Amino acid sequence: MNTQPAAMIAGTSGGGSGLLLALLLLPLLGGIVVAFLKDDRMAKLTALTVSLVELVLVVPAWITYVPNGSRIQLALSVDWIPNFGIHFSLGIDGIALTMIALIGILTPIVIGGSWADKLPEGRGAAGFYSLLLVMQTGMVGVFAATDVFLFYVFFEAVLVPMYFLVGRFGGPRRQYAAMKFFLYSLLGGLIMLASVIGLYVVSKDYNNGVGTLDWQTLSTVMDQAPLSTQIWLFLGFFVAFAIKAPLVPLHTWLPDATAEAPIGTGVLLVGVLDKIGTFGFLRYCLPLFPAASKELAPLVLILSVLGIVYGALLAAGQNDMKRLMAYISIAHFGFIGLGIFAFSTQSIAGSALYMVNHGLATGMLFLVVGMVIARGDSRSIRDYGGLAKLTPVLAGLFLFAGLAALSLPGLNSFVSEFLVLVGSYPNAPVYAIIGAVGMILAAAYVLWAYQRVFQGPVRGNALVGLSGGPGTAGDPAKASIADLGVREKVVLAPLVVLIIFLGFYPAPVLDVLQPTVDATLQSVGLADPVGGK
Amino acid sequence: MSQTFSLAAAEQVIPASGLASSAWLLIALPAFGALVLLVGGRRTNAWGHLLGITTVVASFAIGIALFFGSGSNQIQEANLFSWIDVNALKVDFGLRLDPLSITFVLLITGVGSLIHIYSVGYMADDDGRRRFFGYLNLFVAAMLILVLGNSFVTLYLGWEGVGLASYLLIGWYQNRPSAATAAKKAFLMNRVGDVGLAVAIFLLFKNLGTTQYAEVFARVGELSPGTVTAITILLLLGACGKSGQFPLQAWLPDAMEGPTPVSALIHAATMVTAGVYLIARANPLYNLSADGRLVVIVIGAITLLIGCVIGCAYDDIKKVLAYSTVSQIGYMILAVGLGPFGYALGIMHLVAHGFFKAGLFLGAGSVMHAMKDEVDMRKYGGLWRIMPITFGTFLLGYLALIGIPPFSGFFTKDAIIAAAFGQEGWRAWVFGGAALLGAGLTAFYMTRLVLMTFFGKQRWKDLKAEDGSDFHPHESKPVMTVPMIVLAIGSIGAGFFFTQGERFVNWLAPSLQPLEKVEHGVLSHGLIQILVIGLSVLGVLLAWLFVGRKDVPVVKPARVSPVVKAARADLYGNHLNEALVSRPGTWLARALVYVDNKGVDGLVNGIAASFGGSSGRLRRLQTGFVRSYALSMLASGILVVAALLMVRFS
Repeated sequence: MNTQPAAMIAGTSGGGSGLLLALLLLPLLGGIVVAFLKDDRMAKLTALTVSLVELVLVVPAWITYVPNGSRIQLALSVDWIPNFGIHFSLGIDGIALTMIALIGILTPIVIGGSWADKLPEGRGAAGFYSLLLVMQTGMVGVFAATDVFLFYVFFEAVLVPMYFLVGRFGGPRRQYAAMKFFLYSLLGGLIMLASVIGLYVVSKDYNNGVGTLDWQTLSTVMDQAPLSTQIWLFLGFFVAFAIKAPLVPLHTWLPDATAEAPIGTGVLLVGVLDKIGTFGFLRYCLPLFPAASKELAPLVLILSVLGIVYGALLAAGQNDMKRLMAYISIAHFGFIGLGIFAFSTQSIAGSALYMVNHGLATGMLFLVVGMVIARGDSRSIRDYGGLAKLTPVLAGLFLFAGLAALSLPGLNSFVSEFLVLVGSYPNAPVYAIIGAVGMILAAAYVLWAYQRVFQGPVRGNALVGLSGGPGTAGDPAKASIADLGVREKVVLAPLVVLIIFLGFYPAPVLDVLQPTVDATLQSVGLADPVGGK
Repeated sequence: MSQTFSLAAAEQVIPASGLASSAWLLIALPAFGALVLLVGGRRTNAWGHLLGITTVVASFAIGIALFFGSGSNQIQEANLFSWIDVNALKVDFGLRLDPLSITFVLLITGVGSLIHIYSVGYMADDDGRRRFFGYLNLFVAAMLILVLGNSFVTLYLGWEGVGLASYLLIGWYQNRPSAATAAKKAFLMNRVGDVGLAVAIFLLFKNLGTTQYAEVFARVGELSPGTVTAITILLLLGACGKSGQFPLQAWLPDAMEGPTPVSALIHAATMVTAGVYLIARANPLYNLSADGRLVVIVIGAITLLIGCVIGCAYDDIKKVLAYSTVSQIGYMILAVGLGPFGYALGIMHLVAHGFFKAGLFLGAGSVMHAMKDEVDMRKYGGLWRIMPITFGTFLLGYLALIGIPPFSGFFTKDAIIAAAFGQEGWRAWVFGGAALLGAGLTAFYMTRLVLMTFFGKQRWKDLKAEDGSDFHPHESKPVMTVPMIVLAIGSIGAGFFFTQGERFVNWLAPSLQPLEKVEHGVLSHGLIQILVIGLSVLGVLLAWLFVGRKDVPVVKPARVSPVVKAARADLYGNHLNEALVSRPGTWLARALVYVDNKGVDGLVNGIAASFGGSSGRLRRLQTGFVRSYALSMLASGILVVAALLMVRFS
């Protein structure tokens, strides 16, 4: 691993450091401006512009980043709370960069996708889009923070806009769902805070008597800590992350939050916010507590494959389309967890890539589901049937996104799922095989949902009602449901292109991820099981 | 039979040059067609089918050029780009051109072109014809990736790609719930097999660090015998899923819900034979595992009998043909399981079968087209006068399938039966006997089909179609009959041409190693030929006794023997699947949804409530939550620090 001291890195890459700060602050400033706009259309346009500028800013960051360069790049560090050795330090590695790029891509798509959403009575667009942008700052901050305390602050800060987005703009049971989301996250956050404080206290023993929360320093010294200490600190972080990227049995907040969240918010929730948990495993659990990670890996592996199977079975039995999205995600997070704790560069790279791919594929599926719900005004699968006859393009895109979610080769998710499983097999064969069986279940839940909503004769309350009564059922000429409009096609098109492109040519992302993945595995002190160096 | 066959000299792989280096066009053309037709939407309706045909015919032309070009009898590889590359795992997206893959390219694009042309007529009245051609093109592209890819992962890409195309096309009439269900069933049962293929790939990566054919085949010797056997059986599981072999055969007959050209191309001639390709392609692995090969033979033998028995009981013309396909692929699997001398025989029967079975399906489609999509043979009868071309071509396919000399099936099936009798000891009698019995049964059910459809009384004259109108059968248009005639010509001469001077086997030798003649057969080849022909004739006679010489009842008899009842119920394959997998799975999913809502969640809500005091309290929390949150954060923080300090200093 690269053992350059943090201070040096901060000094050496000053050129790009302002970039990260800009990426962090632009959405916040944009959000503040949007909050004061009275006109809904103006608010939307401003939000969209800000998010597109942010996306443009990602490009120089991607170009400046040198995959085989230092561990943390574009670094920036300012003293914040000197008494506790806390800095306001930013910086990115390959995994953080891809996640920030994902945020950059998804945010404008989400804004475009939410454009025509009916907000609850008395709620203006300004509030909604302002919160979305504020949340973007929080998300970028989580991935860009290189000081553990700063990470913690962002980790908690994203809760606030999310809480309001669900609680103010969500579905009928939004208050319950928002509260549940909040309580869960609160619990996780508190446990993590305990570990952060503990980490600071313990770090003194291994850092020449100076307590620190600087990630770079910690990652070089913490491996000296005894196993028992590592385990306690590991668990504090782990529980918080296992709630975020919900591992069974800490998952029950997600289906409610997903179901009640507005579609766009839901996309960001499962697409990005939940990845904070798996990112946490990679950035904090493995490098800071290597001995504990190895010791507790079997536990995480069991929870992961449990999630794969449990999530898939629940997805298959689901009647609520938005809850279905949540359970699909739970199954996918199981794959990500499996890959991370199977300790090979292939499996970890697979997991890191999965974090991007899941955001694109499930994000798209979620948006498409939103378009179905916008037409039928019901989340219940039972209220639909034979929709493909009325809206063939929508049906085709639902199937496309579903195929990406079930990891069809040729689409992006296959590469990551394959890497996770093939990389897990040498160290954890039984878990890899169970994961492979999860592929069958994935096909079952996607295709069954597709069949119930889109195939067969036109039926169901949502459609027959709209088509002018049962008498018109099956007659597309009399049905009043329109297929996708231009805006909706424009919103989905970039996702379709990315999903196919990364399915055949994942190298641009994998090349950025791989050095970081290699360093992460080295920090655990393990060699690759196949061709290890 | 010796325990393991000596390893043939390591295969010589050379980089592709000249025309071979543009072999990617084979795949790119139909892929481009699919893209234009599926993304272009209605704008392409007018000329969509023409584009679909052009791309496949162009691929066929390239295939022909490759076949006659220099170097086609070598193993050439063209690497296109690096697909997945993480340290030790390097998956290249590349093509392997050798006699085996070129054979498949010709079969896929050749039969594919004919069926594309036929579909112009067959799908003329379908609003979605353009999309249909898009899916067909997608299928051809995926199937070409399957056979041309140069690693197990590219094979997997094509493998699932054709699965997708098959899913889309089986579910073509998606208004029919039965079609949607059949499509889903096919995809799921295929995925069961795919897991086997996937785990085999994991094993290869773990033990050899590679999944490229060239490297795997060069280093198979490093694998432990147990590992090789495991890999061969896992690959077989994949083959069973794709090729409708026992115990994953139940999806294939249901797949007949798709339009008939689809049944001909995908579910008879090409995709369902991918399992045979897989085993033949992985021959260096199978050569090393006698146990693995034995399992392959057993599966093949069981399946070929299952297919025959069920085929005797159905009245649905397409289902009979479907079970016939199941059974014929059983022969091929049996053949490739026989090892070095069997691979080429399996592929030879596969190619011959591809022609005559596609022809039979197109014939059946022509009959259905004439009979308002009626598939019940009990409502047919005496059609030979009205549809002479369909009848003639069908008859040739029929003679080829039941193996009457000089038609192609005789030469290719006979070779397999003889090879099965060439096994040692009990195996010769068991597997040879099964293959022989299958030949007799095949003659029976196919004769029954021909008699019920083309001969006897014109039963449809007194019946109404499903929409209440009368039947007016007629011969199909030339756009449909010409492809049928071409395929029929193939069924006449192909077998003789292939086997004369071992032409086909020698052609495949660079890929599959030279044919080893069977010396220790328990029966002489001449006697086997006589037995095969004798049993086939017996089958024909029995069919005539049961079906031909008396009137066929329009409603199928309800009181039948238990054997017929079992056969009509697919030998309970579906019941078994349902009892063992689908129903428990559904219950489990339902139970878990309940538990997750009530149990896990209830527990969490309970804890939340007890922490917060009551739900009313929770609601109040929410109003001033930022303050309370900050406060509780602070309070817990202090608690935790206190606790940590105590632990440290105690």
